[in-house]
Amino acid sequence: MNQRIAKLGMGLLVCYLALFAMVNYVQVAHAPSLNTDPLNTRALVRDFDRPRGQILSADGVVLAESLPAPEGDRFEFQRVYPTGDLFAHTTGFLNFNFGADGAERAFNDDLAGQTTELEFQSVSDLFVDRERVGDVTLTLRADVQEAARNALGQQRGSVAAVDPRTGAVLALWSFPSFDPNALSTHDQAAADANRAALDPASQQSPIIPAAYRKSFFPGSTFKVVTGAIGVEGFGVTDAQPAYPSEEEFDIDFTEDELSNFGGSTCGGALFDILRVSCNSAFAHMGVETIGEAGMIEGAERFGFNERPPFDLPAAATSTFPTDFADDEGNGPLARASIGQGNVSATPLQMAMVVGALAGDGAVMVPHVLDRVTDDRGEVVRTFEPSVMTQAVSPATAATMREAMVGVVESGSGQAGAIDGFVVGGKTGTAQLGTSPPSSHAWFVAFAGRPGEPPAVAVAVIVEAQPGVSEVTGGRVAAPIARAVMEAALG
Amino acid sequence: MIALARRRTELGLILLGALVTAGAYALAALGRTATLPADIGPFLVMVLALLVTAHLATRRFAPGADGLLLPLAALLNGIGYVFIARLDEAKADPSGLAGLQSVWTALGVGAYIVTLLVVRRARDLARLRYSFLLLGVALLLLPLVPVVGQTVNGARIWVALGPVGFQPGEFGKIALAVFFAGYLVENREALGLRALDLRELAPVLVAWGISLVVMFFERDLGSSLLFFALFVVLLWVATGRALYLGLGGALFAGGAFLAYRVFNHVQERVATWYPFWELPPDPTGDGFQITQSWFAMAWGGIGGTGLGLGNPQRIPVVETDFIFAAIGEELGLFGTTAIIVGFLLLASSGLRVAARTEDPFDKLLATGLTTLLAIQAFIIMAGVTKLLPLTGVTLPFVSYGGSSLLGNYVLLALLVRISDDAARRRGELPEPRARRWRRSATAPDPADAP
Repeated sequence: MNQRIAKLGMGLLVCYLALFAMVNYVQVAHAPSLNTDPLNTRALVRDFDRPRGQILSADGVVLAESLPAPEGDRFEFQRVYPTGDLFAHTTGFLNFNFGADGAERAFNDDLAGQTTELEFQSVSDLFVDRERVGDVTLTLRADVQEAARNALGQQRGSVAAVDPRTGAVLALWSFPSFDPNALSTHDQAAADANRAALDPASQQSPIIPAAYRKSFFPGSTFKVVTGAIGVEGFGVTDAQPAYPSEEEFDIDFTEDELSNFGGSTCGGALFDILRVSCNSAFAHMGVETIGEAGMIEGAERFGFNERPPFDLPAAATSTFPTDFADDEGNGPLARASIGQGNVSATPLQMAMVVGALAGDGAVMVPHVLDRVTDDRGEVVRTFEPSVMTQAVSPATAATMREAMVGVVESGSGQAGAIDGFVVGGKTGTAQLGTSPPSSHAWFVAFAGRPGEPPAVAVAVIVEAQPGVSEVTGGRVAAPIARAVMEAALG
Repeated sequence: MIALARRRTELGLILLGALVTAGAYALAALGRTATLPADIGPFLVMVLALLVTAHLATRRFAPGADGLLLPLAALLNGIGYVFIARLDEAKADPSGLAGLQSVWTALGVGAYIVTLLVVRRARDLARLRYSFLLLGVALLLLPLVPVVGQTVNGARIWVALGPVGFQPGEFGKIALAVFFAGYLVENREALGLRALDLRELAPVLVAWGISLVVMFFERDLGSSLLFFALFVVLLWVATGRALYLGLGGALFAGGAFLAYRVFNHVQERVATWYPFWELPPDPTGDGFQITQSWFAMAWGGIGGTGLGLGNPQRIPVVETDFIFAAIGEELGLFGTTAIIVGFLLLASSGLRVAARTEDPFDKLLATGLTTLLAIQAFIIMAGVTKLLPLTGVTLPFVSYGGSSLLGNYVLLALLVRISDDAARRRGELPEPRARRWRRSATAPDPADAP
């Protein structure tokens, strides 16, 4: 019998070896995937019970920090946002039940100290117990952000400001905003009620960071794109072609022609038609000078129809139509050439477009992350600026800059001028409806010291203004852009 | 001299086990509250007192016994206790499981000593084999009796006598092991040599019937598998006919297939299990428990979160069936490997006892008891890790549960008794010392009685 007892022992050993293999599979091989499973809240619980790194603005203002929670709280630490609604769309919030958004979500691993750079910097770290969380410094500046909030005031709208040399976002403000503290409280009933009060399912919810997640008709601001495409590959210069002076552009098969603002008559070469934002002339440029294929390809080189590789979550894609039906005549392309029809752009996208023209024609990858530092202040990670797409040549960009400077010096954008600086811009009025008439007022601009590359590019939209007039963009949006650029240059 | 060395080894290992237990207890409290538990002193004294009592009883009543069995059981029991106490404290409203488990542990050690006292020679039990058959069947079927039988979590395996609830199956399995060993010693020549006829098949069919009753009427798949595996293994070890293994396997497969067709809860267990390398298809419904078990073990990784620093209380019924997953979370792969190795050592000690003894009944009984222990531990650990479909049985010595602890300490005492017997017969015990002990004993040794 002993022989069989030995065999029984072998049998049991095989069973236990299989068990050992399974334990290794669950605890080692399969563990990374299980630990990050969406149903697994262990990582979340851990993060709520440990301090979390700070989120700081470029000028050192604390935007988010973890403070010890009061006695009797569910968790050890409470996330606090000292600047309230000012940076809510950038930092996002951190809630145990409905998760995180913004930088809290995008840089969670850095803030929670879960990146390998933060976890193991040297072998000796294995034996030293310290909080290995990372502090995230953003490119946004609190002073520029505050200028944007003050200038926009109580008007629904957005401001996006970037550094054209790097793609670094300097300000990203949308009104209305929300208080992230109200969504991050550990009193879940209160947090749920506060979130419901923001009506998160609505397109108009303050919880949506409109500056990069909502797209609008860019209106006449899109003429800088059409103009740049024309200069880049279709022979448009400051002198020719000279477009006919007329009141409206003749659209096929319809009496509903594309008219100029206020029924004015305009025409001429690039600088003139941009200065007065001449609809009929840019329709000619898009339809006749450039054509369908050229417009699509050119718009896509400015980053349209591609989700921007932005480092905040879920940036919206700006769109330009890719298919113009032959049986609809020249109407759709004509409207698209002046930023109406099926064109849509986020304020961030328009800032990136202006940034490309303000620089040497390259659309830079937009980003809010500057650097991650460890608990000893040492930099563990930085964002390296990179080119998203080369939209046009440096020469084309220079021509367009000159045209845009004309808009501010003697055209529709004079309210954007800043003493002692070179400012170029373009107004926009995107028609929404006719009864009652309303439109989005836009202004896109760049500014810099004379003789230096521009240091800031900005896009401002004030939504749903009464009336439809090209002066709206210049009157309503340009002063806001000016205030933001002054703060950025100061 | 060998016997004395074994006892010294046992004492050393027991002290080590007590230190590990007390250390883990202190760490668990440190992990949870960052302070040492106020009762760490009394706790250490209690653990030491219990274990040293068990050791002294072994020294006195079974001086030649294997020196690994008791320390291994004590260590598993200690680690289990630390987890039960730590899990109970994490509850908003502690249910006092830890206090109860310490009482059960004390009673378990008492049952160990009483078993050693009462059973002076294991082979004397062989004469009572049919009484044990009746006892075993009665205990197994007791939960089916109206009024006293209770259904808990879908399985009718509980008996309530007034305020005291217990699972008679934990004792029934030992009684059946005694019967099987006795029956097979008597009939193994016949079972091993003759051509198969219905009369020889009868015991297999009876065992199959018992396991089917348990499976169908008590809905206790784990115990059913355990009983049947016990009998088939013993039949094979006794007769050497591999045919019995195949026949037993086929019969069990048939029963299991039938159960799968008939019972929703069996289908649900299988659906939750396969594919076994992925999360169950319904991780928030039927598969919630096993999903949480995997999350807990994965979170522990290799080194574990540390005692008191994890969240194993998220797993439903973690104190009993799923305690292995809690160990996996807080002690990591190191902890689960230690438990697996602990049971392997316990199984190999048990089989060594079986191999060393020359009495066929002792041999079969030791094999049967070891098989019970090792397979039960395997069934639940495999269920918790999703290697096999989950069938709820306790993890011997580790899980919370009075019946389980008492039953397993009785089982352990029987193994200790058999191994002492073997040592005695091999002359490993200094005879004069044994006589001196017998003279000083007040009651006459039942082994010497006519």
